[in-house]
Amino acid sequence: MNMHVNLQHTPAERALLEAFDARIGNLPGDGLIAAKRREGIEVVKAGLPTRHVEAWHYTDLRRLLSAVPAEHGSGAQPLAPLLSGSNVLTVENGEAAGSTDIPHVAVSRLSAKLDEGQGYEQITQADAADVIGALNTAFASDGFVIAVADGAQLAAPVELQNIHGGGQVHARFAVSVGAGSRAQFIERQAGNSKALSSSLSTLHVGDDSEVMWLIVQEQTADSTHLAQFRAKLGRNAKLTLFVMNAGGKLVRQEVRVDAAGSGSDFQLRGVNLLAGDNHTDVTMVLDHSAPNTGSREVIRNVVTDRAHGVFQGRINVHQIAQKTDAKMACNTLLLSDDADFSAKPELEIFADDVACGHGATVTDINQQHLFYLMARGIDEKTARGLLVKAFLAEVIEELEDEAVIEALEAKLDAWFVQHG
Amino acid sequence: MLEIRNLHARIADEGTEIIRGLNLTVKAGEVAAIMGPNGSGKSTLSYILAGREDYEVTEGDILFNGESILEMDPAERAASGIFLAFQYPMEIPGVATMEFLKVAMNAQRKARGEEPLKIPDLLKRVKEASGKLNIDMAMLKRPLNVGFSGGEKKRAEILQMQLLEPKLCVLDETDSGLDIDALKIVSDGVNALRSPDRAVVVITHYQRLLEHIVPDSVHVLYKGRIIKSGDKSLAMNLEENGYAGVIGEAA
Repeated sequence: MNMHVNLQHTPAERALLEAFDARIGNLPGDGLIAAKRREGIEVVKAGLPTRHVEAWHYTDLRRLLSAVPAEHGSGAQPLAPLLSGSNVLTVENGEAAGSTDIPHVAVSRLSAKLDEGQGYEQITQADAADVIGALNTAFASDGFVIAVADGAQLAAPVELQNIHGGGQVHARFAVSVGAGSRAQFIERQAGNSKALSSSLSTLHVGDDSEVMWLIVQEQTADSTHLAQFRAKLGRNAKLTLFVMNAGGKLVRQEVRVDAAGSGSDFQLRGVNLLAGDNHTDVTMVLDHSAPNTGSREVIRNVVTDRAHGVFQGRINVHQIAQKTDAKMACNTLLLSDDADFSAKPELEIFADDVACGHGATVTDINQQHLFYLMARGIDEKTARGLLVKAFLAEVIEELEDEAVIEALEAKLDAWFVQHG
Repeated sequence: MLEIRNLHARIADEGTEIIRGLNLTVKAGEVAAIMGPNGSGKSTLSYILAGREDYEVTEGDILFNGESILEMDPAERAASGIFLAFQYPMEIPGVATMEFLKVAMNAQRKARGEEPLKIPDLLKRVKEASGKLNIDMAMLKRPLNVGFSGGEKKRAEILQMQLLEPKLCVLDETDSGLDIDALKIVSDGVNALRSPDRAVVVITHYQRLLEHIVPDSVHVLYKGRIIKSGDKSLAMNLEENGYAGVIGEAA
């Protein structure tokens, strides 16, 4: 990374550096971890990425990150679980809390592990250019380390709540699912006051295992949320990831998946609900690094008011990954003249026997559909709402799990009540 | 019930005039058939009645129960009792047919100041009407018209019409794409709605449908005007001799 000599730090960068100096003495972990944290904060010292950095071209973090609350948050409100019967693990204002007793699942508090000199491998950044990983490495105060036993068929979902009452919170969840297992995880990102929140989840899906992971982000309209989801898939492993962004002012959700086991399959479905002055960026890097792997990504966006949306999707098909079947689609409904959306799909293919494709569309509401609904007596506002919801529900319904579909559609309805 | 006076209308985008001085009166209880060759303006007339924005009325008026509907949007027209059975019903992914029926029925009830239907009551009505139209309840769980066959789409239109109980039914080429069995089912559905306080406008190219839905009056539409009106014998005459004779007479 280039060192910027005489760099004039922005107020946000200064606030981050000050917060780091104030916190580093109290963050969990031994000297090795502290050294990693100091390495992580270098991304701030060097200046946060601007639009001149390709991966941040549509989200100029340096310009957009205007203010950073320095204080720790307090007074988080626990959330009712998305699905009833879930085992809930909560990180509240950056501190893991509550019971960790789940059948067939070993759960540890990250801070406890770090203080015992363990969990070194949990605190990493993906590569030198991984800004969110570096920032989270520097500041992560707590979270959970979770291991699902081989052959476990979890009856109830595990819900990971990262909640806060504002301020600055940084959490990390490290999950490994053993071979031949089946599990469902729900990641909730929410707070009730202005915050800078970073959250990093890592997932290893063992051979022949199947995991569904839902991310539901509902930060307040003045919050910044920087998140990353990293996964590695074993042989014949299957991962379905669903991302719903329904809040925040500045949001970046990165998805980095390596379909590393032959026969593995990755499905990404995403719904971005963007209103007000929201800026939301979903950036995915997917590696097909083994033969006979499949993936399909469908992102649907509804953008209104003055909101901006971004989807960057990059699929790397490695030379060894013959018979890869990868398809990516990003569809956007723009509902106001001041809203916009940028989509950048990329395919980099080094294998010769593959089927890969991508498509991106930006549309307005279909006028013929609208006329048809209105011709049945449905007023224009209701008809538009129905069509917008239908556009998103199509993706949600692909999840094929009734309870999940119902819960997510209820989230859609709640968003429309607020922003329709 | 319906009175169209010297109606002129054109395509809003490019200004081509399609309806050129059309006059038509349909009384309550009457079934009026509008026939005409391709391109005479039949479908356009149905869209204008329903309030589609692609067409612009430049002259004349459309009165429904004595009041002009030109300033009303499609939803207001529907709530006031006008129903168009589409020639090509729209496929709308993501909207379950049942959900759509519920929203539409309750929207119209709301516009009339009535309470929304309770779910059991709604289901009962839908089940009853579907049974008669040979519509499987499983079909109603699917997205609206998506993947429906031509016949299924037309039956779904008639189902909507029965559930919404309009005062004026406009059927645009409802017979197109139907085999004889489906034609019978659809016609029975329409006939069941005939009543002294309801009018039906049947737009069709062929006389075939009119053997099942017997009209009280028949009107020939050509180049955007009604050029001849008569009783059902006019339809039979057209079937035998084609439109050329009638067009020649009017010219």
